[in-house]
Amino acid sequence: MAHHRLSPRQYLILGLVALCAPLGDTCLSRGMTSLPHLTLAHPASLLAAVFTPWIAVGIVLLIGFFASYLTALSWADLTFVLPATAFGNVIVALLARFWLHEPISVQRWIGIALITVGVSFVAQGPSLTERPAQEPTRADETAR
Amino acid sequence: MTLPFSPAGTNAWAAAGMIAAIVLASTTGEVLTAGAMQSIGDLDEIRARAGLASAIRAVISSSKFLGGVFFLALAFFALLFALNHLALSLVAPASASLTLVTNAIAAKIFLKENVDHRRWTAAVLVCMGVYFLAH
Repeated sequence: MAHHRLSPRQYLILGLVALCAPLGDTCLSRGMTSLPHLTLAHPASLLAAVFTPWIAVGIVLLIGFFASYLTALSWADLTFVLPATAFGNVIVALLARFWLHEPISVQRWIGIALITVGVSFVAQGPSLTERPAQEPTRADETAR
Repeated sequence: MTLPFSPAGTNAWAAAGMIAAIVLASTTGEVLTAGAMQSIGDLDEIRARAGLASAIRAVISSSKFLGGVFFLALAFFALLFALNHLALSLVAPASASLTLVTNAIAAKIFLKENVDHRRWTAAVLVCMGVYFLAH
């Protein structure tokens, strides 16, 4: 496995991956908890929820997440990119505690800390698996 | 048995089922999407050589990518449903962390990624983290 160094722009994209997902999830939670309880018997009510303001903003943020996530996947391993999103757990916990006023116990803070430590292990490693013989990618075909 | 951090006092098994549905759909979607991006190549490179439209065209014309989006959409609606019954601080970290572990396994098997000791250690720590989050 060779060490592929990331450029500042690539770090920025990973930052967007980590930031947009928790912000989007928080907006979704804010929107969904203000709705009456949904059941599987009325799936249309789930679709209607998409057009409420908080959920719409959440979806826009998640689209931003998806665009940066796809870009990151085009130059790094899935097992490298995904942990970047786990840093978002810390952001979610902080938002849930201070914005949504959800109680977070000491045990759950320990859980979040363990996840963060785990993520740091991955972040120290290489970003991409080196493959011996690369087949021509669509990038090459498009460039021709 | 109910969860103290669910707005409606949701049963623990129902909560586990909701989170499992998100994880399963999400893992399938992410592996398909990552496989598609792997075969497409560096998007920044395509954009620099042939423009943004070509980069978007290269992505959306991939059937593997479209399959991945389908499963990610399923995961999204499973997430919306779960958020209606459970607290965000349980659903988001639990589903994201478990997905990390299932993805490490799936990436090794299906994408042939080199999941080294660092990544497995991370998976174990994340599992412990999820245990603490859920209790």
